[in-house]
Amino acid sequence: MSNPAGTPREITRRQMLRRIGLTALVAGPAAGVLSACATSGGNSAASPTASASASAVSAANPFGVVADSPLEVVIFKGGLGDSYATDVHEPLYKKTFPGASVKHVATQQIAQTLQPRFAGGDVPDFIANSGTDLMDMGALQAEDQLLDLTPLFDAPSIDDPSKKVRDTVVPGTIESGLIAGKPYILNYVFTGYGLWYNSKLFQEKGWTPPKTFDEFKTLCEIIKGAGLTPYAYAGKNAAYYQYWMILISAAKLEGNQVLLDIDNLADGAWTRDSVKQSAAAWAEIGKFMEKSYEGLIHTEVQTRQNQDKVALYPSGSWLENEQKANTPDSFEYAVTPTPSLTAADKMPFEAIRAAAGEPYIIPSKGKNTAGGLEYARIMLSKEGAKGFTEKSGSLTVVVGAAEGLPLSPGLKSVADAQTAAGANIVTYSSFENWYKELETELRKQTNSLMFGRITADEFCANMQKKADSVKADSSITKQNRTV
Amino acid sequence: MRLGDGGLAAGRLSAKARMYGFVISFLAVPLVLYVVFVISPYVQAFYISLTNWRGVSASPQFIGLENFTRLLDDDVFWAAVRHHGLLLLAMPLITIAIALFFAFLLNLGGGSKGGTMTGVRGSKFYRVVYFFPQVLAVAVVGVLFQAIYRPDSTGVLNGLLSMVGFKEPVGWLINTDLALWSIMGVLVWQAVGFYVVLFSAGMSAIPRDVFEAAALDGAGRFRLFFSVTLPLIWDTIQVGWVYLGIAAFDAFALVQVLSVDRGGPDNATTVLPLEIWRSAFTFSKFGYASAMGVALFFLTITFAALSLRVTRRERIEL
Repeated sequence: MSNPAGTPREITRRQMLRRIGLTALVAGPAAGVLSACATSGGNSAASPTASASASAVSAANPFGVVADSPLEVVIFKGGLGDSYATDVHEPLYKKTFPGASVKHVATQQIAQTLQPRFAGGDVPDFIANSGTDLMDMGALQAEDQLLDLTPLFDAPSIDDPSKKVRDTVVPGTIESGLIAGKPYILNYVFTGYGLWYNSKLFQEKGWTPPKTFDEFKTLCEIIKGAGLTPYAYAGKNAAYYQYWMILISAAKLEGNQVLLDIDNLADGAWTRDSVKQSAAAWAEIGKFMEKSYEGLIHTEVQTRQNQDKVALYPSGSWLENEQKANTPDSFEYAVTPTPSLTAADKMPFEAIRAAAGEPYIIPSKGKNTAGGLEYARIMLSKEGAKGFTEKSGSLTVVVGAAEGLPLSPGLKSVADAQTAAGANIVTYSSFENWYKELETELRKQTNSLMFGRITADEFCANMQKKADSVKADSSITKQNRTV
Repeated sequence: MRLGDGGLAAGRLSAKARMYGFVISFLAVPLVLYVVFVISPYVQAFYISLTNWRGVSASPQFIGLENFTRLLDDDVFWAAVRHHGLLLLAMPLITIAIALFFAFLLNLGGGSKGGTMTGVRGSKFYRVVYFFPQVLAVAVVGVLFQAIYRPDSTGVLNGLLSMVGFKEPVGWLINTDLALWSIMGVLVWQAVGFYVVLFSAGMSAIPRDVFEAAALDGAGRFRLFFSVTLPLIWDTIQVGWVYLGIAAFDAFALVQVLSVDRGGPDNATTVLPLEIWRSAFTFSKFGYASAMGVALFFLTITFAALSLRVTRRERIEL
């Protein structure tokens, strides 16, 4: 998933000029007019990969990292910050290989920073591919630019060499990073999604989080009477927070199959009854939202919630950390699952969307791929994961790594919700990464639906039309998922 | 270059050659730079538009005109083209009208004093103030207008409106009918200052005695403006028109920063440069993005050629 926690979209003039420059300079082998073109040069730099970094493979060094080989790590510096890398993982790597130099690059524009480097063949060894401007990983994989992470998951765990890394992570983690059936993406952060509210305010006013959409509407009326906006999301740059909720409700009604079918671009997936009912129910809730929220960005809406002007807000478990500086003492974050659509829903009310998120990738044509794998193995150790949770305030996919850590109210609420959900987990959506065009269209249509410009039926029809056109587009590599 | 080869014919040649050598030596460097940094990217973009390059491989696949046939069915592309049409019609007209009005006031609006035409009182001060927006970076302007256009009562405009009694805040950028006009407002606001200066320069180049003669014949300010000033600075206006028209094909930065979900709501504000950027960097469809770029290239030069032809007029010799 693309967690753009704290990813404002303002751009500076310089970045804009650089982007324009890149577009203008999108170069190709112009029939021999010039040899220095953007599309050439990728092949020549592609060869010196594993051969250069062949070192003795041992239980402690399962990938055969050359001890003094330099490592370049590119971290998306968004809501999670980058101190988890500079203060935890990179020092741990240097502790293992004291002779190696680690180059740290922090950026908010992953694609703008790295796309030219991929085209030129000079790629880093490890990438946190996140944010609004993340790189299209389906496209990268299709061009053989990503390293297959199977050796990572089959390697022995740092904490217990008798266990493989794949047995130390939350079930579903590896599956969430599959492209064309192979794990190319390490989704590292454990994220729970739902409706967030101020538990202190709700307690004080005697409000309880709704379990059905009928209760939801009744509660919205009550909250509106109290002078608050009952429910809101940021239409300007975070419409996807809302479409997650629509998809969750559809999945609760029909089961995860509907999300799998949407990911697989199955015919008529968007026009199914479950999606229609969910869209219609959420459009009703949208009527409680002031029109102005379509023009606000996520931090503006989140700040209004911290000021107790907005009661319920859809988001994921990074929210508490992102708002840390703005949260007053009278505000304590808590999360509740999305309400049930009908009494006959396939999944109970307690079901939540929980997913391994924050994609990390290793370029296949990097100079130190073994180092990249080792770096990932360090991240998946208990020490690495615990340090990550401490620095970033987010849980990781490493089982039991947060044990003994004092958790904040919001994080504890996520952990409780996860326990209550048990096996009833709404699955993630892969189309968000696979088919960015479909994702962009969904944002557009979600705003249209929630702010009352189209009906639920039109929403479904428009989305189905876009899904069909993506399916028919031969330049887009199609993906498939079965779990 | 062979110089001083002797003989009469060679002597004539060498004079010619020397002249060409002089000219070529001055032109060579800029020409090479222009070819490398302007012409060659264009040529390459034309080539990439015929491929399905996704931006990361070294070997794009040639697919002929498929990208262009797909453009024909692309609603978003046509929405963007329509918006350029509207910007092209309205933006230069509004900007030039306002700029001419201000420039006239600054230079000639004060009437005749002691035999010479002067501007309104404080015109030197206004001239500086009008130029301010031009000095600000686009990003700064974008952030500024985010606050000005904010759709709830905390927005500057909505705050002012509520003070004079309008209770319901206006959705400057969220109303699909209003959003593009709001963005056009920013473009005009930013451009006017420059054209005031440009037209002022044009007006100050007009000999004062022309105005005096007209004034003696009894022409008022209105008549002075339409019958004397306007025809005499027509060339300058024409240049301004082409500049503004080309600017109407851009608007990328402001739309990107100000609009809902980059080009929304419901495609209401999207422009071609934004769609090119999105296709390339979000969808990784560099081939398709280049096809849009080629379309934009032809739109722009068609406009420039047309407007230069249409506005061509007999030059008035002074």
